[in-house]
Amino acid sequence: MSEPTLSLKDVHTYIGQHHILQGVSLDVNAGRATVLVGRNGAGKSTTLRTIMGLYPVRSGSITLDGEAIQNRKPFHIARLGIGFVPEDHAVLTTLTVEENLRLAMFKESEDGWRRMESIFRLFPDLKRFLHSKAGVLSGGQKQMLAISLALVLDHRIVLIDEPSKGLAPVVVEHLGKSLNQIKDTTTVVLVEQNFYLASQVGQDYFILDDGRVAHHGLMEDLVNDHALKRKYLGIG
Amino acid sequence: MAADTGLAVSAGRGGFDARRWGAWIVSVGIWFIPLLWIDVITYMTLTIAGLTMGALLFLTASGLTLIFGLMDVLNLAHGAFFVWGAYAGFSLLNYLNTLGWVEMASLGQSMGSLVLTLLTALVVGGLLGILLEKIIIQRTYGNHLKQILITMGAALVMTEIIKVFWGPNDEVILVPAAFKDSWDLVDIVVNKFRGVAIVVGVAVFAAIQLVLQRTRLGITVRAGVENREIVQVMGYNIERIFTGVFAAGAALAAMGGVMFAIFKEQIYPGMGDETLIFALIVVIIGGMGSVAGSFLGALMVGLAFNYVAFLVPKLALGVNIMIMAVILLIRPSGLMGRK
Ligand SMILES: Nc1ncnc2c1ncn2[C@@H]1O[C@H](COP(=O)(O)OP(=O)(O)O)[C@@H](O)[C@H]1O
Ligand SMILES: [Mg+2]
Repeated sequence: MSEPTLSLKDVHTYIGQHHILQGVSLDVNAGRATVLVGRNGAGKSTTLRTIMGLYPVRSGSITLDGEAIQNRKPFHIARLGIGFVPEDHAVLTTLTVEENLRLAMFKESEDGWRRMESIFRLFPDLKRFLHSKAGVLSGGQKQMLAISLALVLDHRIVLIDEPSKGLAPVVVEHLGKSLNQIKDTTTVVLVEQNFYLASQVGQDYFILDDGRVAHHGLMEDLVNDHALKRKYLGIG
Repeated sequence: MAADTGLAVSAGRGGFDARRWGAWIVSVGIWFIPLLWIDVITYMTLTIAGLTMGALLFLTASGLTLIFGLMDVLNLAHGAFFVWGAYAGFSLLNYLNTLGWVEMASLGQSMGSLVLTLLTALVVGGLLGILLEKIIIQRTYGNHLKQILITMGAALVMTEIIKVFWGPNDEVILVPAAFKDSWDLVDIVVNKFRGVAIVVGVAVFAAIQLVLQRTRLGITVRAGVENREIVQVMGYNIERIFTGVFAAGAALAAMGGVMFAIFKEQIYPGMGDETLIFALIVVIIGGMGSVAGSFLGALMVGLAFNYVAFLVPKLALGVNIMIMAVILLIRPSGLMGRK
């Protein structure tokens, strides 16, 4: 396999006085969907936020296609080509759906509008509510908009934090299908508590536990490894 | 305009909402109550004075509300930008007067002098704002106590520097000739500069709204007010946007300062303190971060202050604090603030 697109080596992150990530190492390969799983509080969100530069890296390195990006500002990391969909359907509720998307497009561009068209094919609801304030959307629609905000630009990688959180099963079903389409054209790193969704979308997996990577491998192997799932995910 | 929108949204789709209409009628009607004790001519004069004060307050409060709302910075140095604007304008007017463009000015020259003076205040305020944000404010993000202490300190220093350059005493600021006299509208005497102040206030309000609602920069700023993290991870350099907003707020305060000085025909180093208190009241009434709310709040404070100052002079400041308390009871986030 070629060089990983995104690589974390022995990353330590503190939030305030708390030592949260205690040496996370993981590789994300281009063109694949990587899922991070693990119990609540394992450090999955902190890992994504550290990659985005939202928390400072105390030690260790993060590289994007070979270039060190640790401790750059979040806007700089975004411009280098990492899209981020934060937890809890993060959209700008006081702006319209269209304003949200145009803001994410950064500059008006042919390419941006072309991508917008494919986003509308993926999530037709967004086109219907284009001129509504994002605040009136349902939870599922907000999540679709949140994901779309990271797809408007042609990012090298998109990080998505728990998209299924708080959504009804049918909506999660739909979301899974969309994520599967997205991963065909984009390298995706997905944090997901819903193991069914994680297993539907993910190709590579990393299990986080207490701020470290406890296990990693191919998703198809994890699906059948009931002992591992019981130990780290409390399911099986 | 702003009140209209609130009504349209809350009344829903065509339904007649008696409670909303009631609130609307009460909030308009309340401003006619002073007519019970004041004759019409005096009432009109006080109303114009109130609108003038509102327009002037808005200039200062608009910057303050943006800085609160977008940056979550409690900026008590805002009054110092106000004073610097006033003194910069004072010096410029003195200079322009030596060219015959102030006390002896024609209408055109008066307008030219005023525009130059406002621009000078904007530039001085903007530059000081950039300086303060880069040197001091940037180190205090997320820490309100630190902000209060450090911006109070900065305000003291900035005021002391004023005293060094211009002396500690009251000075008379020159008023361009064309704005000195009054219009006589059926017994109601309107000082011309009051008209100018109202026009400038409304124009600045319209300009800010236009930028905020219609431009990409404005969308970015509004987005940053709501959630700076999303804006950052979209690739926007939020720190630079913060510096820009802080500078714009400082520039508006400085412009408010020189307008206020010309209105009062007087400047003194402490003039920022009182205005800061009024501006804070306006921002809290309007809702932090809402420019339209500040506009409404400023008009309310200006009007209430003038009516009450005429009827019961001792209560003039108190009534505004009362308005603030009542509005906070009904709407804890202010007239147009977000929850
Ligand atoms: N802002 C914070 N301050 C202190 N501790 C935090 C903060 N955010 C997260 N943590 C702690 O860091 C650990 C990892 O959190 P997180 O990365 O959100 O976990 P996950 O996303 O895997 O559920 C948890 O123990 C959590 O309590
Ligand atoms: Mg999480």
